[in-house]
Amino acid sequence: MTAAAAASPSVAALRARFGNSILRDRVICGDTVVWVAADRAHEVLSWLRDDPGQGFDYLTDLTAVEYRDGELPLEVVYQLRSLARRADLRIKLELDKAQPLEVESVCDLWAGANWLEREVFDMFGVTFRNHPDLRRILMWETYAEGFPLRKDFPLRGHFSRSEQTRQALAANPEAHYSLEELSIAESYRELSVEMRERLGRGERGEVS
Amino acid sequence: MGLTGPDAGQGVAEVSGESPNWVTARLSDLVNWSRTRSLWPMPFGTACCAIEFMATAAGRYDISRFGMERQGFTPRQADVLICAGRLPFKLAPVIRRVWDQMPQPKWSISMGACASSGGIFDNYAMVQGIDTIIPVDVYVPGCPPRPEGLLYAIFLLQKKIMGESLTDQQLRVERTLGPDGLFRAPALIDEISEPFGNSVHQTRSS
Ligand code: SF4
Repeated sequence: MTAAAAASPSVAALRARFGNSILRDRVICGDTVVWVAADRAHEVLSWLRDDPGQGFDYLTDLTAVEYRDGELPLEVVYQLRSLARRADLRIKLELDKAQPLEVESVCDLWAGANWLEREVFDMFGVTFRNHPDLRRILMWETYAEGFPLRKDFPLRGHFSRSEQTRQALAANPEAHYSLEELSIAESYRELSVEMRERLGRGERGEVS
Repeated sequence: MGLTGPDAGQGVAEVSGESPNWVTARLSDLVNWSRTRSLWPMPFGTACCAIEFMATAAGRYDISRFGMERQGFTPRQADVLICAGRLPFKLAPVIRRVWDQMPQPKWSISMGACASSGGIFDNYAMVQGIDTIIPVDVYVPGCPPRPEGLLYAIFLLQKKIMGESLTDQQLRVERTLGPDGLFRAPALIDEISEPFGNSVHQTRSS
């Protein structure tokens, strides 16, 4: 065995700054994983993004894990990357399954977290506080069987196949997933000047 | 007696009696033949099988050789719906609407194990065979079927169309969803969706 790979220097910086809120850390397959207290997670992530020494400006992925051992807490996982430093860091926070599964949204830090958090909500039932638009994303909006990736969810779902088919056929796709929803018009103001200019003279005419 | 003549007799009566049938049969053959040679597909490609469908449509296999020149991505100008790939429940109302929008006469091909039976996806998200949602004329086995398999299915469909009768009104009746919002009886859907093969065996909680 070679010596275990060294933990990312971010761990020491995190411990120095957040003390007891950094629960533990491990190096797994060369990746540093840091467990953070759930109530301070947003603060920690915000600091990791903004601190000049850290600069984790890119959220590679946001997901969740539930372990087969029912005693273990459910984990929400943030995979961060600093594009400038070419460094990665994985932050995990644990949610006690006996309590309501709630955590602060990070959409305000990384806009790309929007759909990722919706997916975690859809599949695991974790509620993200202050999420701008928290609703199902993979299953349809009126899906009533629960959260499919939870371990207590049967593989074939709770309902009989005929009931699943009936509910699926009764769904109205346009009610929740319209073309307007996909339209770029709503986010027009957030686009860069150059892109606004280009779209403004598009075939859709002046967009205001 | 339609025909009269100086030597009208048994023979003439025979021709007269047979005549309408003879004409109908030929017309039916002609119409069916032209239908088989101008089947416009509505490709409903949802997964890996759609790649094989694309191969079938592309140069090497060239589906156009059999009258499927135009891939209509509009259901209103299509004759045969080809569901190439697995169908999640979320898409069930979509394929149903596409099918309802297609004008008669119309047929459908279920391409691949997933479209035909749910395949390896015996899980919460997948329709266990598109025939629980829309009527299916030809099933193509395989995961995915090779292009030859799809072409063979098209030949089978052409053969089926050649056997159709113009006077059989039942063939062209729209088969819509029942009052319970289902295409098949609930018991039938449950039965054909039972786990099979190496699929999971588990009890449902309801
Ligand atoms: S039958 Fe096989 S190839 Fe076709 S959609 Fe299913 S998994 Fe993919």
